[in-house]
Amino acid sequence: MPVVFAILVLNFLLLHLAPGDAAQVLAGEAGSATPEYMAQLRQRFGLDRPLALQLVLYLKNMLALDLGFSFRHNLPVLALILGRLGPTLLLMGTTLVVSVVAGVALGLLAAARAGSWRDTLISILALVSYATPLFWVGLMLIVVFSLKLDWLPTSGMETVAAFYEGWPRVVDIARHLVLPALTLSLFYMALYVRLMRAAVLEQAGMDYVTTARAKGLSETRITLSHVLRNAVLPVVTLAGVQVGSLLGGSVVVESVFAWPGLGLLAFQSLFARDFNLLLGIFFLSACLVVVVNLMVDVLYTLLDPRIHA
Amino acid sequence: MKRFWRRFVRSRGGVLGVAILAVVLAVATAAPVLFPGSPFRRVDRPFAPPFGRQLFGTDVLGRDVAAGIAHGARTSLTIGVLATSVAVLVGTVMGALAGYYGGWIDDLLMRTTEFFQTIPTFLFAILLVAILAPSVASIVFAIAVVNWPAVARLVRGEFLAMRGREFVQACVCLGMTDGRVIFRHILPNCLSPIIVTGSLSVATAILIESALSFLGLGDPNVMSWGFMIGAGRTFLRSAWWLCTIPGAAILLTVLAINLLGEGLNDALNPRLQR
Repeated sequence: MPVVFAILVLNFLLLHLAPGDAAQVLAGEAGSATPEYMAQLRQRFGLDRPLALQLVLYLKNMLALDLGFSFRHNLPVLALILGRLGPTLLLMGTTLVVSVVAGVALGLLAAARAGSWRDTLISILALVSYATPLFWVGLMLIVVFSLKLDWLPTSGMETVAAFYEGWPRVVDIARHLVLPALTLSLFYMALYVRLMRAAVLEQAGMDYVTTARAKGLSETRITLSHVLRNAVLPVVTLAGVQVGSLLGGSVVVESVFAWPGLGLLAFQSLFARDFNLLLGIFFLSACLVVVVNLMVDVLYTLLDPRIHA
Repeated sequence: MKRFWRRFVRSRGGVLGVAILAVVLAVATAAPVLFPGSPFRRVDRPFAPPFGRQLFGTDVLGRDVAAGIAHGARTSLTIGVLATSVAVLVGTVMGALAGYYGGWIDDLLMRTTEFFQTIPTFLFAILLVAILAPSVASIVFAIAVVNWPAVARLVRGEFLAMRGREFVQACVCLGMTDGRVIFRHILPNCLSPIIVTGSLSVATAILIESALSFLGLGDPNVMSWGFMIGAGRTFLRSAWWLCTIPGAAILLTVLAINLLGEGLNDALNPRLQR
């Protein structure tokens, strides 16, 4: 909760940092709002009152989830953002699962034979994915898989003109999801691979591994049912911390693939200079991160019964 | 120094990183000589393919891509180094104060860094640059704002560990001022993790800068790699080189800096190696 509060105060400050009157910023692009609405905004946010009172009024409006109105889109900001939340959650969820699973698997493979060619190969892959800008990976994947091979669609979330229903629609969306999710996953997978590899190597020297070996368990069994469970904990922690950064990454990926989520909305509002919408997106995505972090905490207690929430 | 160098040379990745980085640095320094005049100037017909009259061809307005790459290297490196310097400076001072004094300064710092860990920092950087109007200064500021907390956390941890050590207690007993203890005695002892983090965060800064300018938030007066990719993405089908070449430049530079960082890490912390 303090995070949400701090974000609001920050947003308020940014609002006043922006060039022009705060009411103009709140109304989106200067000139597109009606004078009546501007007057109403000034009155509701008390822009002629002292700064401290303005802050209180601002907080009151925001906590009531009254985020203002976007004249660009002719919709309330809240409705606009909620409408875009679904696609972003779909993209983020897929990315989170794919990157963690792939990262853990590859990290295990690399650590199982540290120093082998397999380890080197995986480490190089991780190093390169970590150094590549997301948007460029996206564009290159489009070139290869959409333009040259023509396997997957280049942009959007579904083929609107086809009016798919039910199962075909799911398949259609999944086909559109492959490239954006892959783009976003590669970078985070690289992080998890490195972390997982280090964690497995660290666990391998622990006493319980020696015990398990003395007990006569096979190496596979030791790795899969003893080491894995311990080594995966730091990865889950990092994945939880990374949710905020994932949302940032999705701005870039969504604008490359025209994926109709929050990120694309942020990109569009950037071009329309609709700062209020941008502030709203920032606020709600921070709330989203807080919620996801709570969920990760729950998951953590499930993975590690030693921790009681 | 010599021992450090010998250890550094042992990591092949680190040497490779230094080599690539040296080339990028040379190109960036020589950009005004190699490609005099503005990189925004048109030199030939639009969409001239690479390896013709221009090494990397021309873009939609007939601008020389190679000139853009060279001048973009200047931009990326300048912004990366400047933003990181600011972040490291602020982060070190904040982390040192928090780690040394503890108490409310420490609480405040920890809350702040946790806050920065939770919020979508890239979105925050976008907001800052958009609201302050895109320029080299605002981009540097935005990147520094999102990067300093990581440094501060690290420095705080180091200071916390050093705070109780005997040499620090001896310094205090000798009646040294806090400032002297912090800057002359503790700081030099935690320089190596700061150097490693700093070098890695130059890479992050370059990635953030390229993403910002890709989204159209770059300084409009300065050529940058992200801008070139953003401008070329519409012609992905017809002119592959517009996106591929600047992207490869970013990839190589960031990879080189990461390799250098890891090489430094291995050389500065020999105990970490098996």
